[in-house]
Amino acid sequence: MTLTILNAVLFSVVLLLAVGFYGLLITRNLIKIVVVLQTLVKAAIMALVLAGNTSGNPGLGQSAAATVLVADTVVAVVALALAVQVRRRAGTLDIARISTLRG
Amino acid sequence: MFEPFLCLLLGLVAALCAYRAMISKHLLPSALYLACVSAMTSILLYMLGASEVAMIELSVGAGLVTVLLVYALSVVGEDTYDPTSIIPKPLAFLLVTVIALIAGGMAYSSATQPSISGDVLLAEVLWKNRALDVWVQVALIFSGVMGVLGLLSEQVQTRQTQKSAHRNTAEGLAVYAEQEARV
Repeated sequence: MTLTILNAVLFSVVLLLAVGFYGLLITRNLIKIVVVLQTLVKAAIMALVLAGNTSGNPGLGQSAAATVLVADTVVAVVALALAVQVRRRAGTLDIARISTLRG
Repeated sequence: MFEPFLCLLLGLVAALCAYRAMISKHLLPSALYLACVSAMTSILLYMLGASEVAMIELSVGAGLVTVLLVYALSVVGEDTYDPTSIIPKPLAFLLVTVIALIAGGMAYSSATQPSISGDVLLAEVLWKNRALDVWVQVALIFSGVMGVLGLLSEQVQTRQTQKSAHRNTAEGLAVYAEQEARV
């Protein structure tokens, strides 16, 4: 097994995905969930570019990655706005406490 | 010859920064570690030949998102305590390890094929073949502007809002009872 750039990037993608999934499982803070989601999307962007390179369509992979990048940024903005509003109204960012609110 | 090891090192640093961002007790270091992850990702994208995507990732991921995170933290205040996880950490680690091994094994066969560098440019694909994506991106950016307006909006202090904001804390209940007594 020889180490190539594609192998190294694939290893990085899997490692980032693993860290991101682990973070999703153990994190309860709303803003930190946004951070973890950003990590996961970065891994997905690298995977898209990698898939474009290996399939012979680098332009297609890069255009899909650019679209995902824009969508990811908008998701982060809206999620942060929601987190700020939740903090103002509920007084906490803990998702376990938010889900038990009534009224 | 040297580039694969550099890619591996960058990937390890990115994963380490992502882990530090996740386990950090405070949110501001998490935002800074995320910017570091974004920088490492953009270098990896550049080494893969996606220079345009790397530039967008560096400017948006390490710049705009970090600024927005820091601004949101300044609005939220010092509510930086990250509570303990619901799922036990060893169980989460085991689940993630199994998923990573399966995903890596499935993707390894495709990644070992030789890289084919096509002549089609990103701009040509984006403007001719994927024009719908451009319109979707315009709509998404408009949604992002609306999100920024929501982030920057001032809080309207009504009695109902104050009641719901302080409902969960003993101090808030005392403040609310005092306000009710004055009325």
